[in-house]
Amino acid sequence: MTGKAATQELEALDVGGTGAGTEWPWAPGGPDGSAVPQRVYVTGIFLALASILMFFTALTSAYLVRQGISTDWVPIELPAILWANTAVLLGSSATIERARRLLAQGRPEGFRRWWGLTTALGLLFLAGQFVAWTELRAAGVYVATNPSSSFFYVLTGAHGLHLLGGVAALLYLARRDESREHRAGLQTAAAAASVYWHFLGVIWVCVFLLLNLRG
Amino acid sequence: MAEAHAVAHEAPKGFIRKYIFSLDHKVIGIQYILLALAAVFVGMFLSLLMRLHLVWPNAKLPFFDVMTPEQYLALMTMHGTIMVFFVLTTAPQSGFGNYFLPIQIGAADMAFPTLNMLSFWFTFVSFAVMMAAFFVVGGAPISGWTAYPPLSAVGEIAGPGLGWGQSLWVISIAIFCGASLMGALNFITTTLDLRTKGMSLMRMPLTCWAWFVTAILALLGFAVLLAAGILLLLDRHAGTSFFVPGGLVITEKLIPHKGGSPLLWQHLFWFFGHPEVYIAILPGMGITSHILSTFARKPIFGYRAMVYAIFAIALLGLSVWGHHMFTSGMSPYSAFAFSLLTMSIGVPSAIKTFNWIGTLWGGQIRFTTPMLFAIGFVSLFVSGGLSGIFLAQPAVDLPLHDTYFVVGHFHLIMGVAAIFGMFGATYYWFSKMFGRQMSEFLGKLHFWPTFIGVYCIFMPMHFIGLAGHERRYPDTTAVQYLAALQPVHLFMTIAAIVTIAAQFIFVFNFFWSLWRGKKAEVNPWEATTLEWTVPSPPPHDNFAGRYPAVYRGPYEYGVPGAAKDFTPQHVPDGAGGAGSH
Repeated sequence: MTGKAATQELEALDVGGTGAGTEWPWAPGGPDGSAVPQRVYVTGIFLALASILMFFTALTSAYLVRQGISTDWVPIELPAILWANTAVLLGSSATIERARRLLAQGRPEGFRRWWGLTTALGLLFLAGQFVAWTELRAAGVYVATNPSSSFFYVLTGAHGLHLLGGVAALLYLARRDESREHRAGLQTAAAAASVYWHFLGVIWVCVFLLLNLRG
Repeated sequence: MAEAHAVAHEAPKGFIRKYIFSLDHKVIGIQYILLALAAVFVGMFLSLLMRLHLVWPNAKLPFFDVMTPEQYLALMTMHGTIMVFFVLTTAPQSGFGNYFLPIQIGAADMAFPTLNMLSFWFTFVSFAVMMAAFFVVGGAPISGWTAYPPLSAVGEIAGPGLGWGQSLWVISIAIFCGASLMGALNFITTTLDLRTKGMSLMRMPLTCWAWFVTAILALLGFAVLLAAGILLLLDRHAGTSFFVPGGLVITEKLIPHKGGSPLLWQHLFWFFGHPEVYIAILPGMGITSHILSTFARKPIFGYRAMVYAIFAIALLGLSVWGHHMFTSGMSPYSAFAFSLLTMSIGVPSAIKTFNWIGTLWGGQIRFTTPMLFAIGFVSLFVSGGLSGIFLAQPAVDLPLHDTYFVVGHFHLIMGVAAIFGMFGATYYWFSKMFGRQMSEFLGKLHFWPTFIGVYCIFMPMHFIGLAGHERRYPDTTAVQYLAALQPVHLFMTIAAIVTIAAQFIFVFNFFWSLWRGKKAEVNPWEATTLEWTVPSPPPHDNFAGRYPAVYRGPYEYGVPGAAKDFTPQHVPDGAGGAGSH
């Protein structure tokens, strides 16, 4: 059905009962050019976090159960670089927060600088994780060596993949148009990305605590 | 992304953008429904082969010659998997939900149309990967839809289909998890953020509530299944020992894994698996409530109680997974807790049943085809639910576990009831989706043999289960104490053949009505919700840029003092509406 015919048919149907259908508050061509309200991105990201939290909770409970029942669990020696990686990731949470605030204050140049720094720190973290895996491999600790090493690779790998997704999001947003008419959209997207980024920092701290305290 | 959305609401041009990689929730909904329709016929054909084999174990069947026990188990595995994932999860939620949730809440589309498209195509790929398991060396897996390790984890040494077939199974399920997570996120966001003016949560149709809560369950459950699937895949291919215990000897060969726990898989799987039961049935409950109110010409009895009952069922459903594991040697204290929680699901379930009957009570009932299926749903829900109370007792479950009693129970309540929800939805909304009415005569001709037929198939299963008939036996001829039950098997097989034959009436009606059915009016059922205010089928953005405001609840039928016996949601007070009351 063409849009015009549909409109005529709807008028004939008298939707709204008064002869005048209500304008949708977020109809296409709204003030920020968006077809949906900006809050869907915030809702969406929090729902994604709930799901990711369930995913890591499942792995953590598997970790505790598998460790609790086993007689073959041999703790692995965690590579020291993980401490440095942790510091880098926590630092990146601070830089992304700075970037987000600069954008909200209408300072896109500062936003770009801090946003880029965050991306670099994210990549540095991933490189650090890669170094940790290489060290373990050199020490003969593979994924199937022991349940402790299996879980180490699964947890760090799953977290790393999520963070890689975060880096991709940061790079995507860095290329977004931050001119005035699109700024509201970019602000929401940056806020959603930084919520995700902080969350991955928290997940990492939990994973790292688990590996240290219950290794 | 904002630009993409603006573009998404221009009607797309070209066949591919319009019908294949469509961003329109209505097209995606129909894609899901067609996928489920294809899947249900595959699943039904597999069950027919199984039933024939049970009665005539030496008969030559299409594709099989004489079926081996392993082939029987492969059919059983694939029947369960296809039906649970690609039919019961796909059609009621992703299919009908996708099509009608945005329209019923007055939105132009889902919150994330691109994600919506991705979630359908992930599901499609997942289905293709699952089907591929039939065609690889060794064939389809034989470990059941629950894929319990160690059988599912040690590879083809344990049987045919456990090599490539099982790997494809796990990969397919992992992809399906991804698809469901994207879908769930979209459903919840849409419900929370895209309701039109006046559409408060407590004015939403019960269908929307059911889809919303189902999406919450999916969001939490599928994430856990994904984690479990990854661990299983590592056990299979990376030599880890999450689920495979040590010292396992299969065909005189020592399995190198050690120290893993098969029970760990069961916990993770059923943490998803039990909510999955409600993922399958809640949309059917929503649709049933919707249809009952429409055709009883009465407001739904106890709307708020219905909403709270949906939440209660979902919440309890997340904490009862252990009742699938009573025979696993769990602590009796845990079993007691799981049992108590399980039986408490009877309370919100009874509230729903009571309210459905309360809705019918004193109504001016119109026995249309969708109404028949909705009433059939209530009947099946009660019949299937009562045996659930038996199974919820650990002491009763011990002898009944893994017997046909369980098979009968879950087929009635989860399988057939949900299917009746889908049939009801199809007959109810067909005219809105395709612009033509389905034949009422053929619909009733479809209903009666289906309704009687499913009872004839699944009620006897309870009795042979009580008699001690284990499930998953491919051939009972060599089992002496089961010989007396063979006539019951014959009866169930004949019932299955008749019931399956009756489904072709539905298929004929569906496709015949698609082209030859009576042209549909906008509101043929005289219903009140927003989907009945737009043309059939609705235009690309549903309301053509003009959005209704909502002034009342979803089920104002037969309100005293109103001009007509139904007052649509978009009609303001004083404009032919009910006035204040």
